[in-house]
Amino acid sequence: MRDFIVMLLMFVGSFLMFLAGVGILRMPDLFLRMSSTAKAGTLGAGLIVLGAAIFFNDFSIYSRAIAIIIFLLLTSPVAAHMIGRAAYFDGVPLWKGTIRDDLHGHYRSATHSLESESIPVEDSIVVESEADDFEEEN
Amino acid sequence: MIEFVWNVILILLSAGLMGAFIRLARGPSLPDRVIALDLISVLAMGFIVVYAVRFNQPNFLDVAIILALISFVGTIAFAYYLERRV
Repeated sequence: MRDFIVMLLMFVGSFLMFLAGVGILRMPDLFLRMSSTAKAGTLGAGLIVLGAAIFFNDFSIYSRAIAIIIFLLLTSPVAAHMIGRAAYFDGVPLWKGTIRDDLHGHYRSATHSLESESIPVEDSIVVESEADDFEEEN
Repeated sequence: MIEFVWNVILILLSAGLMGAFIRLARGPSLPDRVIALDLISVLAMGFIVVYAVRFNQPNFLDVAIILALISFVGTIAFAYYLERRV
């Protein structure tokens, strides 16, 4: 029974990691790619580590596994947020089907600070929406 | 049956790693490559944990802890570099 649970957790975790790999390959723009890797990758790794903890069934292994899972859950959103922020400043283009950019006209380009009121376009960072990684297929 | 499931797990992880490597090679911008590296380190962590369970070596879990720590620090360093560059 325990072997079955371990197998199930590991299979679901590795399948989610596979989906993260597919997402980073097929999504059309950086921010969509980042959403797939940050969520699916973290959940997949957490499930695999949980399966390992249940397999070994030992106190020290449980504490190590819980440390890994908590660390992943804490650090992965922070890293994704910092990369996304830096990429937005860098001017990475959005997908051409993007409907809405809530940060448009809110980031001051001189100080990299976020304003709640809309500021003039010439002071703010503007990202154009034209990226499409698979234009040969549409 | 058990062997078959282990093989499927390893093949799925390898396929994810292939996708991340292709994105690392062709990614149009530098942040694409950084998130591909981040995903590669998470996938390598999954490989190490699966290997530890498959061959009954609990000591390999320490390697997974160290890999998670180092990949986080590396990603943060890349993000600082990207933000200072512009």
